[in-house]
Amino acid sequence: MKDIDERFQKNRDRTVPLREELRPRTVTTPDGQEILIEPLKDYFCEAAPKVHPKAYFQIVENFYNWARANSLWILGFGTGCGAIEMRPLMTPRFDAYRYGVQWRPTPRQANLLIISGYLSVKTLKRAIRAYEQMQGPKYVIGLGSCTINGGMYWDSYNTIKRLDAYLPVDLYIAGCMPRPEALLAGFMELKKLIRAGKAEGANKYAENFATYKAAQKSVIKDWDMPDYNW
Amino acid sequence: MTPQPGFQWIQILYALATLFVVLNYGLLMTALVQKIAARVSGRHGIPIWQNYVDLVKNFALRSQISHGVMYYMGPIFRLSGGIGLLLFVPTIYGLPWAQNFSFAGDLILALYFVFFGTLGMALGAGESGHPHSAIGVSRGLSQTTAAELPLALAVYAIAVQYHTLNIPQIVAAQQGGIAHWTLITNPLATIAAMFAYVGTMMRAPFDVVLAPQEIPIGPPTEYHSAYMALMQTNRAIFPVAKTVVYMNLFFGGASNWLEFALKVFALYLIPAIIGVVHPRFRVEQSIRFFLKWGLPVGVLAILVV
Repeated sequence: MKDIDERFQKNRDRTVPLREELRPRTVTTPDGQEILIEPLKDYFCEAAPKVHPKAYFQIVENFYNWARANSLWILGFGTGCGAIEMRPLMTPRFDAYRYGVQWRPTPRQANLLIISGYLSVKTLKRAIRAYEQMQGPKYVIGLGSCTINGGMYWDSYNTIKRLDAYLPVDLYIAGCMPRPEALLAGFMELKKLIRAGKAEGANKYAENFATYKAAQKSVIKDWDMPDYNW
Repeated sequence: MTPQPGFQWIQILYALATLFVVLNYGLLMTALVQKIAARVSGRHGIPIWQNYVDLVKNFALRSQISHGVMYYMGPIFRLSGGIGLLLFVPTIYGLPWAQNFSFAGDLILALYFVFFGTLGMALGAGESGHPHSAIGVSRGLSQTTAAELPLALAVYAIAVQYHTLNIPQIVAAQQGGIAHWTLITNPLATIAAMFAYVGTMMRAPFDVVLAPQEIPIGPPTEYHSAYMALMQTNRAIFPVAKTVVYMNLFFGGASNWLEFALKVFALYLIPAIIGVVHPRFRVEQSIRFFLKWGLPVGVLAILVV
């Protein structure tokens, strides 16, 4: 079954016009100069992501991986109902800070993107932007059944069903919804993956960039951003 | 180029050793204070070595992007503000290798270095082009300027009191027991300076600059990877260096590393404890607070002296 149901989305081949604020325009500055503004070119970088090699010495890479595993900075980005399960992790009952897990408010400083539940097409666009702004190595956790097979939204007209097709997922936590304990267990599993050097999602994304973009564009119809935007 | 009189090359090694001690002390102490704040809210908090791991992690990130020259220089200015403040102030009174590069007018230079990092950061964060950075910078500059006023007045007051701008001489004048500290001999100046101390430590109620919930997270929004690591290094060094200045000026300095560790920790706990029990001021509220309460105390300190 395709991610976006044909029955619900009419006119799939219709081109969506660019939003007005994103169209190129000329602006007269206060000192009388005329400048051309092209928002899509001025505000974004269009360089494609690169595959970054590991450290030359294995022992250095292992040390780095140990540090990465013990300093997981989560992007405070909540989609769906799972976001409510992430909040208790900061509270005295679960206290994820003990395990080196911290929250960062900006994608620039975060390493871990948790897609916490169903992802509507509209939110997928934001999730992609947030993911691309993060600095590698970066990890993605799919939380809940909705990210695995659509869960209870399996026949929804506007949510994606397999997160894996759009972003490189390192780890799924199954459940509807998984409890905070399951999230903590998931962090421990992710740490094992990172320490074993198996969490190379950022490089996987760069290697299969064309495939991922094609999948993303097949569901996002109003694609009003460059292919790669940091 | 001939070196300054009294300069010896070994001083550079000594200064680096001081820097090393202060860096490790700062990393551990800020983690400990975070643990204390976590205990207040009933959690265990981060492991005590978490700051080291974060630092290594940030240096180990593989990709980084730049927004231009000033963006690149921002963290460097910030770090040189912290290191400069530390290196031109004697860390331990009477310990030859911890005298750093203090000289006759170092009090004025220290005042300058307290502000230097903020200005560098403003330029760097401004170039990153993120609206949250710009908001954070404008808030930070106005709040820091207001908070520094009582400190400047307190510094003038004690410069008049001790007839010198030389920090080692000010520390020397305070030796011989707690009764000789500026805290006792000039309490008004100390209180005025403590307003500035609490106000510039980036803790509640004066943390609207970073404001993680509303303008995530202010000036450093766009900073990441190694830039972020440099700023974390500064976040370990700068509060300790600033506390050393306050300790030297008002609390009798320190004559050994143990006294240094205890005094800096005790001073650092003041804003930390105020922070965990107070909500956040808006920027106009904090400016009004400093002008209403900090500034008159500072003026009074000068008048009394």
